[in-house]
Amino acid sequence: MKELWTIAEQKNGKLKSVSFELLSRGRKLAEDLDAQLCSVLIAGKITDETLQELIYRGADRVYVVEDERLEDFVAETHSNVLADLIESYQPHTILAAATSSGRTMMPYVAIKVNTGLTADCTELAIEEETQHLLQTRPAIGGNIMATIKTPDHSPQMATVRPKSSRPLPADSERTGEIIRLDLKEALIDSRVQVLGIRKDEENFTNIEEADIVVSGGKGMRKEENFAMLRQLADHFDAVIGASRDAVDRGWISYPHQVGLSGKTVSPKLYICAGVSGSIQHLAGIKTAEYIVAINNDPDANIFQVADFGIVGDLFEIIPELNKKLEKVKKGDSN
Amino acid sequence: MNIVIPIKQVPETSDVKMDKEKGTMIRDGVQTVINPLDLYALEAGIELKEKFGGKITVITMGPPSAVKALKEAVSMGCDDAILLSDKQFAGSDTWATSYTLAEAIKEIKDYDLVVAGERATDGDTGQVGPGIAAWLDLPLATYVSSIESVEDNSIVVERLVEEGYQKLKLPLPSLLTVVKEISNPRLPTLRGKKRARATEVPVYTAESMDLDSDSLGLNGSPTKVVKIDFPKVTRGGVKVAADGESGAGEAVDRLIDFLKEKELI
Ligand SMILES: Cc1cc2nc3c(=O)[nH]c(=O)nc-3n(C[C@H](O)[C@H](O)[C@H](O)COP(=O)(O)OP(=O)(O)OC[C@H]3O[C@@H](n4cnc5c(N)ncnc54)[C@H](O)[C@@H]3O)c2cc1C
Ligand SMILES: Nc1ncnc2c1ncn2[C@@H]1O[C@H](COP(=O)(O)O)[C@@H](O)[C@H]1O
Repeated sequence: MKELWTIAEQKNGKLKSVSFELLSRGRKLAEDLDAQLCSVLIAGKITDETLQELIYRGADRVYVVEDERLEDFVAETHSNVLADLIESYQPHTILAAATSSGRTMMPYVAIKVNTGLTADCTELAIEEETQHLLQTRPAIGGNIMATIKTPDHSPQMATVRPKSSRPLPADSERTGEIIRLDLKEALIDSRVQVLGIRKDEENFTNIEEADIVVSGGKGMRKEENFAMLRQLADHFDAVIGASRDAVDRGWISYPHQVGLSGKTVSPKLYICAGVSGSIQHLAGIKTAEYIVAINNDPDANIFQVADFGIVGDLFEIIPELNKKLEKVKKGDSN
Repeated sequence: MNIVIPIKQVPETSDVKMDKEKGTMIRDGVQTVINPLDLYALEAGIELKEKFGGKITVITMGPPSAVKALKEAVSMGCDDAILLSDKQFAGSDTWATSYTLAEAIKEIKDYDLVVAGERATDGDTGQVGPGIAAWLDLPLATYVSSIESVEDNSIVVERLVEEGYQKLKLPLPSLLTVVKEISNPRLPTLRGKKRARATEVPVYTAESMDLDSDSLGLNGSPTKVVKIDFPKVTRGGVKVAADGESGAGEAVDRLIDFLKEKELI
């Protein structure tokens, strides 16, 4: 039977939610393709109990290559392992998340196994007659949607933006098999050494994996004012983003930058205040589900893409919003 | 330290026209610039050269007019430039682009480091850098945000990942793709511009590199664009003024209703 693979990711033995997002996309495609849905994990240490979750979330089969030396992502070794698995099992399609490791390993592997790869897909479908994977992605700053396929090579490979689909609810009735494979020594590439990881801030938050992002721009005027954005973000369990102008002024660090020269986000909700909506900023938020903008200039470009816009002074609106959200939380909505 | 920097010439704005038949971009009449994200690669390379000596070779695959991007890179401080240009290269996807660039880099032979941009603002895939590394079997670090040290034929870098900054030590030669945080690109100098004018740019073709045409351009590309759509730019959302009598209060109430309706709170 054909196999459709999704690449799972983990950290310290815990699965990341992108693993489940990919399975929910893969489930539908696997049915259209009449294929088995397999989750592939290349990991340091992981228990069967944890892996079972992949089955509850849609996988028919889980392939896991586990070895301590695989805990940290190393492009060459992880790519070798995946390429070797592809060689052995010949999957029809492979989906990975467009994360730092997915976007590194997949292009490397695509060359090694001699096939095409489409980056950052937002929609995927199976073409009925040919069973090719139709891969749709935004390009040119989100101004076009291109549908791409790989007609003469296999496997079909694509990366998918994190947060562009919801995980399926866990169904503990589902069954499937877990296949553990040994790491072949020959696949270890020891040229690159991982020396460690540094976290700049107490909560190094990754804006690409957040459900809700609250961003500030130049209109925030100074670093201290981000405090009220943080307060707003706390109501939603959201993370803080920023325009390039806010980052370049040193109000917040670069990992928070949204846009062309920062990160592309696809959250459920994107709220921004004091952001004008330059093309470069919009390039990073076009795939957000809902956009809320607060800006005192009624002609600001951000209103072109906003689902809900408030024209007004953010220094009045945000405190008011924080106050009211506090009330909503307490249960007396008014 | 000899460095190779692949750069791409891209349309100046996001206002690009497409050939709906071929699914490729119409480049005629559009102003072009160096891919803005490649400027960070150029600056990082130039700073390394200033510290450790050596020379920088900047290469691009593109139409003959892409020589402009190469000359601009020279005017910033790069030494040599190579243009890969051939009708057969047209319509390359990231597989064919990285193949062609890798073959050219092989001809440069004597290099310690390849520094590419994180992604190009037109194609926007970020696949070409890792692709080149795969073709050349070079150690790879993507999303590099700083270069900590260079010594004994190795380089220590930090790369921006989901959990923070990952520190890696790579042997040389290797390939880095870099993010904005790594550098503040300089402007071309007058002297640089003069030098750029005098710089001869050799043109490599499929024939001069002895490349198999089955691996090149549109024909050699495993991926094919089958359809292009133009999504609506405006979302036609609600816009509420907060300056009236009721001021911020009413606007905020309506926002909260909106958030509740969409089940966001
Ligand atoms: C190659 C390149 C790459 C770039 N990459 C990025 C990128 O990744 N991300 C990015 O964001 N930008 C990027 N830019 C920069 C971009 O062009 C804009 O300069 C930037 O996005 C503007 O940031 P801003 O909206 O915060 O500032 P401004 O454009 O100055 O907008 C500030 C807004 O705040 C509003 N405002 C002011 N005071 C208040 C108030 N009291 N209440 C409410 N509203 C108020 C104003 O009306 C204005 O609309 C890039 C540019 C280039 C050339
Ligand atoms: N045609 C090209 N010529 C030279 N370098 C390129 C070309 N296309 C891409 N690159 C390099 O690869 C990086 C990533 O591009 P992309 O994968 O197209 O997003 C760019 O920032 C450049 O450094």
